[in-house]
Amino acid sequence: MNLIIVGLNHKTSPIEIREKLSFPSQTIGEPLKKLTNNFGLNEGVILSTCNRVEVLAITNDMEKGVWQIKRFLSDFHSIPLEKLDEHLYVHLGEDAVKHLFRVGAGLDSMVMGEPQILGQVKDSYGHAVQYNTAGVIVNKLYHKAFQVAKRIRSETKIGESAVSISFAAIELARKIFGDLSGKSCMLIGAGEMAELAAKHLLTNGIREILVANRTYEKAVEMVKGFGGTAIMFREFPHYLKNVDIVIASTGAPNFIIRPDQIHEVMRERKQKPMFFIDISVPRNIDPLVNNIDNCYVYDVDDLQGVVVANLQERSKEAEAAEKIVDEEIEKFYRWIKSLDVVPTIISLRQTCDQIRKAEVQKALTSLNHLSEKDRKVLDAMTSAIVNKILHHPVTHLKKEANKVEGDLYIDTIRKLFDLTIDEEAVKKAQNNED
Amino acid sequence: MSDIVFHITAIAYLVATFVYIGYLFARKDRLLDAAQYVLMFGFAAHTITIVTRWVAAGRTPATSLHESLTFFSWIVIALYMYLLFKYRQRVLGAFVSPFALLLILSASLLPQEIIPLAPVLESYWLPVHVILAFMGNAFFALAFFLGIMYIIQERYLKKRKLKGLYFILPSLDVLDELNYKCLQYGFPLLTIAIITGAVWSEYAIGSYWDWKPRQIWSLITWFLYAALLHGRLTAGWRGKKAAIFSGVAFMILLASFVIINMISGGAHGLSQ
Repeated sequence: MNLIIVGLNHKTSPIEIREKLSFPSQTIGEPLKKLTNNFGLNEGVILSTCNRVEVLAITNDMEKGVWQIKRFLSDFHSIPLEKLDEHLYVHLGEDAVKHLFRVGAGLDSMVMGEPQILGQVKDSYGHAVQYNTAGVIVNKLYHKAFQVAKRIRSETKIGESAVSISFAAIELARKIFGDLSGKSCMLIGAGEMAELAAKHLLTNGIREILVANRTYEKAVEMVKGFGGTAIMFREFPHYLKNVDIVIASTGAPNFIIRPDQIHEVMRERKQKPMFFIDISVPRNIDPLVNNIDNCYVYDVDDLQGVVVANLQERSKEAEAAEKIVDEEIEKFYRWIKSLDVVPTIISLRQTCDQIRKAEVQKALTSLNHLSEKDRKVLDAMTSAIVNKILHHPVTHLKKEANKVEGDLYIDTIRKLFDLTIDEEAVKKAQNNED
Repeated sequence: MSDIVFHITAIAYLVATFVYIGYLFARKDRLLDAAQYVLMFGFAAHTITIVTRWVAAGRTPATSLHESLTFFSWIVIALYMYLLFKYRQRVLGAFVSPFALLLILSASLLPQEIIPLAPVLESYWLPVHVILAFMGNAFFALAFFLGIMYIIQERYLKKRKLKGLYFILPSLDVLDELNYKCLQYGFPLLTIAIITGAVWSEYAIGSYWDWKPRQIWSLITWFLYAALLHGRLTAGWRGKKAAIFSGVAFMILLASFVIINMISGGAHGLSQ
């Protein structure tokens, strides 16, 4: 199985690179089609979040495949490959399976164990299905990845304390404001992340939530859920002086909050602290705002810091989760390989049996004097010979198929016996496995 | 006997300080518990020292510099305990404990004999003035340490690199609020201390105010803290700015206290 993942994440690249490389989900069809049509990859999935951009593909030639994906990323975003290459990581084969499982379970996330990533992975797979770039292997792989994530969620406590970037942001807010009751918050942009943050804030007793969104109706729709106030997008600067926490998550390509503006706001609110959370990529809040007294600006990258120590406490949970990943990879590979070995064995047996039957038939035509009983004995004997001869190769094959060099054994047997795989038998074997 | 208890106090503060420092690095709650118990034990011993000294001298033990440092550190810890039980901010102890240790160690290096107070100064005004002044200054000391904690915590949050003390220090809001509270307690105490000092001076030597260095420095301190409170109330001084200001004000206060006492040998040069 020639599986490749090429991509970058928050660990390998700064936000400046990631924001250039992102694929908006509204227009994901175009890159997906390019990937499989123009770059000669068999199957492809694109995962694009604030923290990572990854291309998963199935190809006939690993080396060429990696090169093609890199060229695709560079071409599509018009970034010279030299600039991009140092940030990219490549996972091949089993390593790629492991990576996908870990990403899906949130083990590779900025906030370890956060659940949002699973939804994003599901979406990326959904897009691939929608645009017909997901084939047999991708289907199997992703369903397994979702299973693994579910198992980790239910068997470890990894998701319990820090669940998302928005949760990390709330922890920070508590370090700045102490008690959050009596504080107010403004969401600029009514996205999913912002909504999640709002829910966390509400459970922490925030007094008031204002929502500003370019599409006013969407803001109105959102505040229905938790009883906030929707305001017109162009009017949000007037409300800044009344809020303590600002969460920006718009799709705006530039800074919508600037230092000169905040200087004025701080004066008006008598220097009461303000906490700016910028979860948009590209960023919406000028990082220079952080230099203003009593103002704290955190972008997606900065939020990583909040989690560092929690990670340590949770390292035991992470260990358990990694163990599950390893177990599941083993199971997955055993399964994938058994798909190969079972039809091989069936085919081997059938081929040998056909030869036997043909030879027995031939022999019997010149042995007409034999009684019915004798014929049966002869048939049984030849059958036993074939079975005995095949016994060791088959048991060995079954055993070796799950090992590293399993493919080699299967390949050799196929070549030596000139076996062709019977599609019917494969399907039957798959159904039994399921 | 009082000598032994004094040493027990010093050793307890020393141990508490080490355990507190260990806590700051390891951030294990058990260390904080332990440090707090040792500090409380030290405080109990300290209390015995003060009481025995008071009884032995027959007056408020604040005449020599040794006495002043010992008594002042006792009041600092006492007020810390008050804040501890009221606001439950335990980490402050890690900053207060070394300070108390420093004061006690300095005191232990100074001549410890009981110096008779000039009879002219014998008055009920003495304990009133001394205790009020020490309480006011102790609140300023606590404000100073809360300010330091604020500055550390603020730095972590501004730099956006969260590690070490970030995880155990209280929120900026709590630190700023407590810093302000300490000023609100400390300032009126200092004001009344200056007034009672003047009254005591009038009662003893017939003059309310005669521009002794001690009086001048109290006045300077008073103006500094008045300015800080004013800034907080009206100009929106808060957070780091207020923390730095209260830090500088306390340094000046401390320096003047030490220098004046060294020059005059205690009690504003009135003991001889």
